[in-house]
Amino acid sequence: MKPTAFDYARPETLEEAVQALGSHPDAKVLAGGQSLVPLMSMRLAAPALIVDINHLPGLDHVTADASGVRIGALARHADVLASADVRRVQPLVSLALANVAHPTIRNRGTTVGSIVHADAAAEMPMVLQLLGGSVDVVGSGGRRTIAADELYVAPLESSLAHDEVAVEAFFPALPAGSGVAFEEISRRHGDYAMCGVAAVVAVEDGRVTSARAGYLSVSDVPTVVDLTDALAGSVDDAALARAAEAALAQLEPESDIHATAAYRAHLAKVLTARVLTAAHDHAREE
Amino acid sequence: MAENTAEKIHDVRLEVNGVTHAVAVPARRLLSDALRQECGLTGTHVGCEHGVCGACTVLVDGRPVRSCLMFAVTAAGSEITTVEGLAEPDGSLNPAQQAFRECHGLQCGFCTPGFLTTVTAGIKENPCPTHEEAREMVAGNLCRCTGYQNIVKAVERAAEIARGDAPAAGPPDGDDGGLEAATGDTEVARKDDASTTGLGA
Amino acid sequence: MSTKLMGEAVQRVEDDRLLRGGGQYVDDIDLGALHLAVVRSPHAHARIRSIDVDAVLDIEGVHAVWTYDDLDGAMAEPLPLLIPHPTLTHGRTQYALARDEVNYVGEAIAVVVADDRYVAEDAVGRVVVDFELLPAVVGVEAARAAENLVHDDVPGNIAARSVQQNGDAEAGIKAAPHTLSLDFDIERSACMPMEGRGVTARWDTANGRLQVWTSTQTSTGVRAAVAAKLGLDLLQVDVITPDVGGGFGVKINHPWPEELLVSLAAQRLGRPVKFTEDRREHFISSAHERAQLHHVDVGFDDEGRLLGLDVRFWHDHGAYTPYGLIVPINASTQLVGPYKTGPYRVTFDSLYTNTVIVTPYRGAGRPQGCFVMERTMDAIAAYLGKDRADVREVNLIQPDEFPYDHGLVFQDGRETIYDSGDFAAMLEKIKTLVGWDDFESYRAEMAAQGRRVGIGLAAYVEGTGAGPYEGAHVNIESSGKVKVATGLTSQGQGHQTAFAQIVADELGVPFEDVEITTGDTRRMAYAVGTFASRAAVMSGSAIHLAAKRAKEKVLRLASDALEADPEDLQIVDGVVSVKGSPGTSINLGTVAVLSNPLRYAFDEASKAATQFSVGDASKPPVAEDDEPGLEGKDFYSPIRSTFASGMHAVIVETDPDTAEITILKYAVVHDCGTVINPMIVEGQIHGGVAQGIGGALYEKMAYDESGQLLNASFMDFLMPYVTEVPDSIDIDHLETPSPLNPLGIKGAGEAGVIPGSAAIAAAIEDAEGLPITAMPISPSELFELRAQHAVATTTPEENR
Repeated sequence: MKPTAFDYARPETLEEAVQALGSHPDAKVLAGGQSLVPLMSMRLAAPALIVDINHLPGLDHVTADASGVRIGALARHADVLASADVRRVQPLVSLALANVAHPTIRNRGTTVGSIVHADAAAEMPMVLQLLGGSVDVVGSGGRRTIAADELYVAPLESSLAHDEVAVEAFFPALPAGSGVAFEEISRRHGDYAMCGVAAVVAVEDGRVTSARAGYLSVSDVPTVVDLTDALAGSVDDAALARAAEAALAQLEPESDIHATAAYRAHLAKVLTARVLTAAHDHAREE
Repeated sequence: MAENTAEKIHDVRLEVNGVTHAVAVPARRLLSDALRQECGLTGTHVGCEHGVCGACTVLVDGRPVRSCLMFAVTAAGSEITTVEGLAEPDGSLNPAQQAFRECHGLQCGFCTPGFLTTVTAGIKENPCPTHEEAREMVAGNLCRCTGYQNIVKAVERAAEIARGDAPAAGPPDGDDGGLEAATGDTEVARKDDASTTGLGA
Repeated sequence: MSTKLMGEAVQRVEDDRLLRGGGQYVDDIDLGALHLAVVRSPHAHARIRSIDVDAVLDIEGVHAVWTYDDLDGAMAEPLPLLIPHPTLTHGRTQYALARDEVNYVGEAIAVVVADDRYVAEDAVGRVVVDFELLPAVVGVEAARAAENLVHDDVPGNIAARSVQQNGDAEAGIKAAPHTLSLDFDIERSACMPMEGRGVTARWDTANGRLQVWTSTQTSTGVRAAVAAKLGLDLLQVDVITPDVGGGFGVKINHPWPEELLVSLAAQRLGRPVKFTEDRREHFISSAHERAQLHHVDVGFDDEGRLLGLDVRFWHDHGAYTPYGLIVPINASTQLVGPYKTGPYRVTFDSLYTNTVIVTPYRGAGRPQGCFVMERTMDAIAAYLGKDRADVREVNLIQPDEFPYDHGLVFQDGRETIYDSGDFAAMLEKIKTLVGWDDFESYRAEMAAQGRRVGIGLAAYVEGTGAGPYEGAHVNIESSGKVKVATGLTSQGQGHQTAFAQIVADELGVPFEDVEITTGDTRRMAYAVGTFASRAAVMSGSAIHLAAKRAKEKVLRLASDALEADPEDLQIVDGVVSVKGSPGTSINLGTVAVLSNPLRYAFDEASKAATQFSVGDASKPPVAEDDEPGLEGKDFYSPIRSTFASGMHAVIVETDPDTAEITILKYAVVHDCGTVINPMIVEGQIHGGVAQGIGGALYEKMAYDESGQLLNASFMDFLMPYVTEVPDSIDIDHLETPSPLNPLGIKGAGEAGVIPGSAAIAAAIEDAEGLPITAMPISPSELFELRAQHAVATTTPEENR
């Protein structure tokens, strides 16, 4: 289990990085490497050129203001998780990050890297999608912002151009009167979830004005479902059951060695009810 | 004529345990392999090479990181600490090492270096872990021998030793005898008694 | 005055080194070796039409590439069938490199030797093999159906059919007032030590000597096999076992193809060569265990007393049978546990499948046997509406019934006669420890909170310390230090510590003056290996006996020197003195000097031993029946195994919504006879229990129908982290010393894993009210079982 040979570029500037990426059709960005390196060691990935962006300046920021949370491409999960500002401005980011693998992986893995890796079993792509965030990328054509709902085009595939480097992710702040919750069930603590659900619920005058849920591992791309209608009345067992059914209609759980499709679907239902309840409670506290 | 002559060799300076190792490696050389082969520091063990087991965990700029998930070329410029660099400057075992010995936190010893680096950093970051936090601290490392019972005890004991709550095990310069008496809290008292018995010889 | 160390929780002498990163595992040995990597079959069953290695030698850094055609002599013959049991009528073993057919994904086809592992893997990727695919036989059911054959010349895929009986089970069942017919299923798992296999070899051309370092559980076994395969004399080969990063059984199988091929490569290339197995290789080319299907017919009376037990099972041994029938024999003979079964018949078929070979994994068939027996006990209790502990109690062998003969032949060819135990006391202890009698109130309390809990119990008896023998050599040096060698190997059990405790006690020397060497054929050429929980029993006893011999010589020489009767001498802290007259004494080191008459003095101490200083000039310096040196050597070879025992009880919680299964309490009562070091024994139990939990709730080998292993990584083969094991394991000991060895020791290494699946299944069944007959079980599987059960119980017959 050793990687195949590759050329190695260690750019000092973003321009050099973009140039390096453009120089080879089979180039790949290395940031945290916590997903890429194992794939390379198993020889499931064999990029011809690795563009190591770990030494680019100014990309390790984690900032939060009234508009939301900005996370630089070299900010490690652990840095983001440790930020009290992030937790305050958009608590769902912190809630989800605590479920990303184990602390040692979070010390090296980057949040932006996870987002553009576009794994439907990973937490952060789904959370970005659910919160309506975006990613800023820089390529030969300059800098652009890709909205989350345009980012995930196919399983494990993002809409970044080949020579583009994701430099920052943006998660909008949690508006007043909104609440969030996250829960996932995995075989072992720290494993990819068999199913995970996050929810954002907005409440106005005691009524739910918006309810959306995002799903892990029960579809092949990060999936968000609008459940506002189901919760339009009161948030009771019947409404939660309706919401769960509505969500399930838009999911495509599959069987694998860890869980049958039926079990994943069941978990999606159970977790939908749980996180909607928790997010609703959270919203009412806000 | 042989192929692959094109695989470029990179000159990399790795700062490991305060020593600079100038190594020449291809870009694909994993940090774990470079530490073991180029630096001759075989205390870092390779258990899975896909980042799950934690045996290869080293400290990179003070933080536990899987060395099998980093390329040596990327590590240039970082300060790396391996299990060989954990002992105190005077050569005595550090609190994590002492605690693992006192609590029988190791059997075959293969996963142990990864636990020790993780715990050494962990108790520095959180000197007073709760029991749950002690478990969480080692929750990303696999051990096939111990069933983790004594490892969790060792984490809590290591924190105690580091805090200076309990008398240190043995004199500060570290008596390396296998039987040194450790006085400590009640959890290890039974073992300590036995050790004392051994010393009474 | 020395205090006895036997029974004391002495801290381990191994640890300081290991804690500093100073361990020497096989891959740490730096000889500047070339790396060998293996081309492995990507198919479960295929004929090899041709192999093209042309592209490989073009790669810079590649030194050799070999296929079967490059092997000759004994190397070209199949690997040895290590344990040729008489009922193994159709045993088959693989070749070091596949000859014309492959029978599992991972089977070795070719090897490449290169400068480093990276280049070697590049080269492996360039070898082109042309396969003709054959249908794969995967799983016990497919093997039994035998629509396809793994080996053309093995009808029905049956390597062995074994029948053992004690009395007429059929008649017993027929005459019984109650009967049950039950089916049980256990899936594959594996030892999965943190260090995989590894071997390094160096050939000394000038001296014609081969040195092999290998991560093995038997250095003498590897030595014999390598010598035989390479056509070398035994004395040309040294096998050294360095630190081993866990074994759990998988490293007892030998010779692995790589152990031979690395040795051969070192010899052929004249350079050190190494092989370090990676994790994927460990999954697909070492060994697995556990998979068996079972059918039970049992008859019993109103109290649940067994009147007849007829068990039929089918054992999946994978593609080949290098390790014989040890696992199914263990399962069939240890199934009986602590019970008087009444007439018992057990029949098994050992079946070929196109999957990785099966060799013992900690417990070695006993977890399956225990699962079957204990689930049967629970089924009887459920049928009779009785307490599960009560049904067990009426069947227990009583303390006054030892030695108890089950009338079965054990895996070592010896009788299954239990030497000692107290199962009734044990049952009481485990009930107390887990709170068995108070559980219903706890259940009600939890139910009131909407929580679902269950309790389970399982008992086992484990034959430990199988023969044929182990030996030990004790050498007291003129420094007074004691160097001890025993041939079996260590994989983390703390042998250096436990054995030193035995020596220190017997010889009366300071513990820290004793140094133990294991697994080095240069130091002890006669040995068997570390398996069957035998190290403490076998080498512990041998070391005790050898130390005793050394002590006899010490006392004889000291009695001459001190002019005292040996009976009046004592050894304390390495000093021999006359009892009651401590001034009359001699150091052990000085006795060692005196034991070796010298011509040449090399230091002050040795001057005392030159011919001018010692000896009666009228006698030979070394008496006819004596030999120089202060040594003791002895072997321990018991008539049969000694039988350890234990009971586990567990409380689980199952989530009514998500079907997640959580262990709330795990209790162990354990009897391994005399305990040498309770800290080490408890560590062994902890580790065993964790593996038992892994086997019950997390770990399985997921093969698809084409024979591909779908979870050959730590991502998907779910070994427990700390978060998957309970926060505490409550342990209580019972000591019924074995009458079979001088120290009363029984083995402790494997026990912790044996009843895990049985106890946890019982607890889940108790929580859920639906039968659990197959393990391991995942939340997804429990969810599916609930659904099936809900459908099944819509009929009026309520199950609970």
